[in-house]
Formats: sequence, C-alpha cells, structure tokens
Amino acid sequence: MQVMLLIYDDEAAWERMPEAERKAIYGAYFAYTAALREAGAMIAGEPLQPTSTAHTVRLRDGAPQVLDGPYAETKEQLGGYYLIEVADMTQALRWAARCPGAAHGTIEVRPVMSMAAMAPA
Amino acid sequence: MTAAATAERIARDGYGRLLAFLLARGHGFAAAEDALADAFAAALSAWPASGVPDRPEAWLLTAARRRLVDGHRRAATAAAAAPDLLRDEAAETDAEALPDHRLALLLACAAPGVEPGARAALMLQCVLGLDAARIASAFLVSPAAMGQRLVRAKRRIAAAGARFALPGRAEVAARLPAVLEAIYAAYAAGAADPEDGGALAGEAAWLARLSAALAPEEPEALGLAALLLHLEARRPAGRDAAGRYVPLSAQDPGRWQLPAQAEAETLLRRAAALGRPGRFQWEAAVQSVHAARRVTGRTDWAAIRLLYDALLGLTGSPVVAVNRAVALAEAEGASAGLAALRAAAADPRLADYQPYWAALAALADRAGDLAAGAAARRRAAGLATDPAMRAFLLGG
Repeated sequence: MQVMLLIYDDEAAWERMPEAERKAIYGAYFAYTAALREAGAMIAGEPLQPTSTAHTVRLRDGAPQVLDGPYAETKEQLGGYYLIEVADMTQALRWAARCPGAAHGTIEVRPVMSMAAMAPA
Repeated sequence: MTAAATAERIARDGYGRLLAFLLARGHGFAAAEDALADAFAAALSAWPASGVPDRPEAWLLTAARRRLVDGHRRAATAAAAAPDLLRDEAAETDAEALPDHRLALLLACAAPGVEPGARAALMLQCVLGLDAARIASAFLVSPAAMGQRLVRAKRRIAAAGARFALPGRAEVAARLPAVLEAIYAAYAAGAADPEDGGALAGEAAWLARLSAALAPEEPEALGLAALLLHLEARRPAGRDAAGRYVPLSAQDPGRWQLPAQAEAETLLRRAAALGRPGRFQWEAAVQSVHAARRVTGRTDWAAIRLLYDALLGLTGSPVVAVNRAVALAEAEGASAGLAALRAAAADPRLADYQPYWAALAALADRAGDLAAGAAARRRAAGLATDPAMRAFLLGG
C-alpha cells in the first residue's frame, strides 16, 4: 500500500534555528531518505518551501481568486512529505516514528486511495 | 518519591491483585475493569492528599464493590450475584487474606488462544491498569487497533472458560514461557534495540519482578527479572548530562544503579541453584559480565562470547547473532567479528534492524573499511527512532 507521511512543524522555530542545528537535521533527513530507499520503501519525498511562498487559488462564480499565503493558518505547518510503499499500517507507523520530524514536529500518516480502483469501466 | 508517585505505585499493585481476585470470583472482564477503573481513579485523586490507607487493597475493593453492586442491580441479576458479593465483603474485612491470583491472570493473558501480538499489551492493561492508548503508542500501533485487539483477546479468554484459579506447578512450568516472552516484548516495545528498552521498560521490569516473585521455582522467571533489572540499572548511564547517547563501552560504571544490580545478581544466583539453564538466564549472565566492569575495570569478552554461542545454539535468533559478532570482534579482533556479522546478514530480518547496521558501521571502521563503515552508519542513523542515537551516529 502507498502511504503519505505529511511532516508538520513550526516553521518559525526552523527559521530561528542556528545553522549548525539546521545542518544536523538535514543530515538526519539525508540518512532517513537513504534508509527508505535502501529498504525499497521510497516513492517520493521532498521538503517544501516556507508557507510565505504559498498561494491559494479557487474559482468563485466562475472567477478565479488568487490569495497570498497558505490555505489555513496553523501553529504547525506542512513542511515536507514522503510517499512510501509499505506492506501495512504497522510498517507505515514504524517509518513515521523514524522520521527526524517526529522528534520536534508531528507526522500525519495517511494511506493513499487507489485511483485505479475508481476508474470508470 | 512524591506522594502521587507512591499512590500510583501502590494503586497499580492493588489494581492487578483485585482484578485477578474479581475474575477468580466469576465477575466478567468488562464489569470488573469498569469497577476497578473508577476505584483506581478515586484512589489517585484521594491518596496523594489524604495519604495511602493502611490497607490500600481493602480501600480499592470497597470502592470497586459499590460500583459492582450498582452494575448488578442495573442488570437485574442481583439475586444471582448476591452470595458472591457477600463473600467479597467478608474478604474485604481482612485484606491480608486476599489470595493473589495474578499468576493465573498472567497465564490467561498468554494463553494459546490469545494472539501473540496482544499478550504483552493485555498484561500491561490487566495487571498494571495501564490505559490502552498509552500501551498502543508504545507498541507503535493505532489506539483503535490496539483497543480491538484487547477486546478480542478478553473475549477469547472468557470463551475459553478461564477460572483464574491458583495454577498448579506443572501448569506454571508449561505456560510461563509464553508469559516471559510477552514481558520481554513489552520491555523492548518500540525500541530499535531490545537492550535499550522502550517506553514501557519500567513497567515491563515490574511485571518481570512480579513473575519472579509469583513463580520463584521457575529459573527462567528469575532469569528474566535479573536481565531486565540489569538493563534498567544501566539505563540512566546511557545518556550524559546534555541528553546525548552514551554507548555501554563509554559508560561510567559509577552511574549504574547498584541496588538493582545487586538484586539482579541475587535472582540469577537463585536461578542457577535450580539447575535448569535457559535463554533469559544466559542473557542475564551476559549483562552480569558487563556489570562486573564496575569492580574489575574490564569486560570479559571471551565469557560473553561463550554465552552468546550458547544462546545462538538455543535460539538461532538473528539478534543474538549480531550481539555474538560484536563480542567476537572484542575477543578475537574486528575481522573475525565482521565475518560473523556478514554471515548473520543472510537473515532478511536484519535488513531493517537498526543495531545490525550500527554494529556493522563500528566493525567495518575498525577493520579499516571506511567506505562500508560510512554507508552502514548512514543506514543505522536512518533507521533510528531515538534522536539521541541518530545524533550519536551522525557525529552530532
């Protein structure tokens, strides 16, 4: 099954962080990504630019609205993701616990729906 | 210890005793647990201020009984249950006379009909009164899934018609290994390396000591208690003042907890005197050799290697094979250890086993294969759950 690991963290704390500490976290993510890849679990995964770079788009009464900023103002923000292939939820939770972000932020673990199963016949 | 912590420890001790007692009296799991949960909560709010009563179990039983009587009335089965409840009242006047049925409860939790993945969780809930959500988190399982597992397990136990009577010696001997196995699993829950212990390590060590006290003629029960006491004695020394990971070889023996180590040694000697060696006694003996460094200033790796030889022959466990390879490297040199480690890696279960990669990194470095060492270290860091371990491996 495919599972999304959504990494939420306080991006303000990240921006205040000393360079050495930030480097250590990059190193931890580098090792984590390599372990996922070597285990054959990695499909995709990247960090995201800060929410200050985000835009939201919607159509209202046929007219587009473009706004600066993220969809929702929250205490912790979506800062990155992994899409992984695992046998079951037990494995997914184990990988989530190993994610460096689990130690300071929160990892949301969401199974992916299979579009293939929903395709019109 | 604070008043609240003392109250909690005593209340937990009483919880398991009373649940086992009520089950042995024929109450169902759901009714007994509900009643005790209320009594337990009342105790935790009252005792820290008022002091722990002289007879804490009598106090808990009185509180639980009220709730049970109410429940029976509501269920309109008061007539059927009345004699039972009257007997409870008699027992309550003399809490010393409450027979301890916890061994029967432990055996029921590890009965063949209970799925192995639920056994440890069931013991922690029934004997220590831990809540399901906390147990689930420690095992890295979703609370809903763990809740279902526990409910299913209790239904199985009830369906099997367990009477929770005091078990005979042969029954204990036959069924205790599954109990000890589950307690060991609870100790290691969520931890990458069983020796480091997980979020429930203290509670599991408590269960192991209880098992040893309830089955003193079973050497493996004594062995498991000795093992976990040794590991717990060293746990505080596994972190420095800044919270950084400290490997065993770099630990200051002065920070090891002497009373726990002494208790472990006493248990291990008693186990040895029974003349039936086994897996947990040998694992405890390994930790006993490590503990001797406090006195001798050195580690007898040749002795540890022999113990792991015996353990590997007995269990065939890949985890033991990794530990044996590390001991071999210390006793005979890095290349001998590395060869043993690479042979062990044929077992696919080691692919995600973090301590294997950490051991490979250390031994490859020492054998001069720095590229292999660096790759293994990165893999070990990527598989680590403990941030302190990860930082240690990444040199942070």
